[in-house]
Amino acid sequence: MAGVGTKSGVEYDARGLVEPDATVGDVAEIDGDKAQFDATDLTTRQINMLLKRLVYEQGIDDVTIVNPGSKHSLAVGILKRCKITFEGSPGWFACGIIDGPEVQINGRVGWSCGENMMSGVVTVERGAGSLTGAAIRGGDLVIKGDVGARTGIDQKGGLILVMGSVGINTGFMMQRGAQIICGDAGHGLGDSMYDGKIYVGGTVASLGVDCVLGEWDDSDTEYVNRKFAVHNLGTPPELQKFVCGKQLHNYDALEPSERKLVL
Amino acid sequence: MCGIAGIIHRDGAADLGAEMTKMLQSMKHRGPDSTGFALYGPKDDLVVIRFVLAEPNEGGFGLDERLEKNRAEVESRLAKIGADVATMNSETGYAFRATVRYSGELKPLADYLEDVPGCEVLSLGNSLEIIKDLGDADTVGDQYRLPGFTGTHGIGHVRMATESDVDLASAHPYWAYPFADVAVVHNGQLTNYHQWRRRLERAGHRLQSECDSEIIAVYLAQKMSSGMSLETAMKESLDDLDGVFTYLCVTGDQLGVAKDEMAAKPLVLFESDDLVAVATEEIAIRALVEREVETRDPYEREVLVWQV
Repeated sequence: MAGVGTKSGVEYDARGLVEPDATVGDVAEIDGDKAQFDATDLTTRQINMLLKRLVYEQGIDDVTIVNPGSKHSLAVGILKRCKITFEGSPGWFACGIIDGPEVQINGRVGWSCGENMMSGVVTVERGAGSLTGAAIRGGDLVIKGDVGARTGIDQKGGLILVMGSVGINTGFMMQRGAQIICGDAGHGLGDSMYDGKIYVGGTVASLGVDCVLGEWDDSDTEYVNRKFAVHNLGTPPELQKFVCGKQLHNYDALEPSERKLVL
Repeated sequence: MCGIAGIIHRDGAADLGAEMTKMLQSMKHRGPDSTGFALYGPKDDLVVIRFVLAEPNEGGFGLDERLEKNRAEVESRLAKIGADVATMNSETGYAFRATVRYSGELKPLADYLEDVPGCEVLSLGNSLEIIKDLGDADTVGDQYRLPGFTGTHGIGHVRMATESDVDLASAHPYWAYPFADVAVVHNGQLTNYHQWRRRLERAGHRLQSECDSEIIAVYLAQKMSSGMSLETAMKESLDDLDGVFTYLCVTGDQLGVAKDEMAAKPLVLFESDDLVAVATEEIAIRALVEREVETRDPYEREVLVWQV
């Protein structure tokens, strides 16, 4: 399908869904093992192509991207230890499916930051949209502002640490890992969670199905203090712990044939 | 999918046409099928009517003659109902902008005009102008010469047709027939659409489309016409309307946003002393404000209203 030119210089197909031009020149300024480039005139695909080329082919392990312009899906699928800094907001789906990088975002992020992240650290200096850390499996995702709805939905490991407040259905169907929410949590906290821990410093609008107040012990204190120290976040606020009540049907010990009899 | 955007200038008028075009073009990936604008120019004693006499892709033998005949019929009817035409022009041949001196009720005026074959009134009011057509924002903006349209506030919509045709009737924004200067854009689905449609039709309203978004416009305008504030009407809509939705509503001097109780549809908000901008994606706000800005996502059941 032929591309269609627009005033912005970006090319789309007839549905406006793809950027056929995936080539990008050597626009990065390289200084030893560090590089920096301005993304103002680059498309999402060009930014990611250049980033991967620097990290995988040119051996650069510290890349700074200036003016990302909220262009979405940036720094996705980076499976190598390196440092990536965004000077500005990378938009939606930033840093998805990463395994290893340390990402510093000097701005905010839109929906689904760090989705399916495997390991590494993502630090966001401002707020984040909904679905932050969806299905995260490992690593630390630190948001210094407020976050939208469904934070850590389907979380399978790792840590989501929010210095502000979170919206509705945070921790929905969470399966493992931890969340530390320093501010308030919206309705339905931890709804249908299977396992994991959610620490909340502020008020909780309501608990979701099968989410209950947990008993605080020394390991919780050690974990929270360690994470705050690692990320230079100062002294943690007083927190409450919420866990799975394990009363839903998926926690009973009945064999399928026995369940049929019960039903 | 679809994308919505809105702007309100608190410090006077700006080139609203160019600003909204930039915002909507940056969200083309959310819907390239049609683009629409509801723009508020300077308030005038004249009534501004935006209407179409045919669909953009309509063809057939004698179309030009038919359009000319129907345009003449519209002018004749305006005269008969006591609306003195000040200006009448068209950028496309099928979509028209008229200004008239008229002090009567808007409903009979709209009904009388829409009785002309092919005529659909897109908007009526003292400052509201709804412009919508097929294609992306740059295409529609160029076609209707929107850059240079000066105004204080407006909303827009890019549409990806999923459940209805690619045509003008299904394109947003929707004017709240028959109420002056009220328009809505919406991203989401109302699951009690038919219930509200029946209620509004029983109350005497006609709906231009099969689209659930139009319900929101008429619902809000009906409440405001009985003296309710926009903010209160929008808050009540969160209980009355069922489904997942984020919508924007504009009146002659206000812009409001509302998010449903699940916060299932995205919206990003930027607010400064002189400007408020909202959009489905931050990329649209960055198209307007060319620097890093502080933005946030409104939470579930959040209603916000700003005044010009």
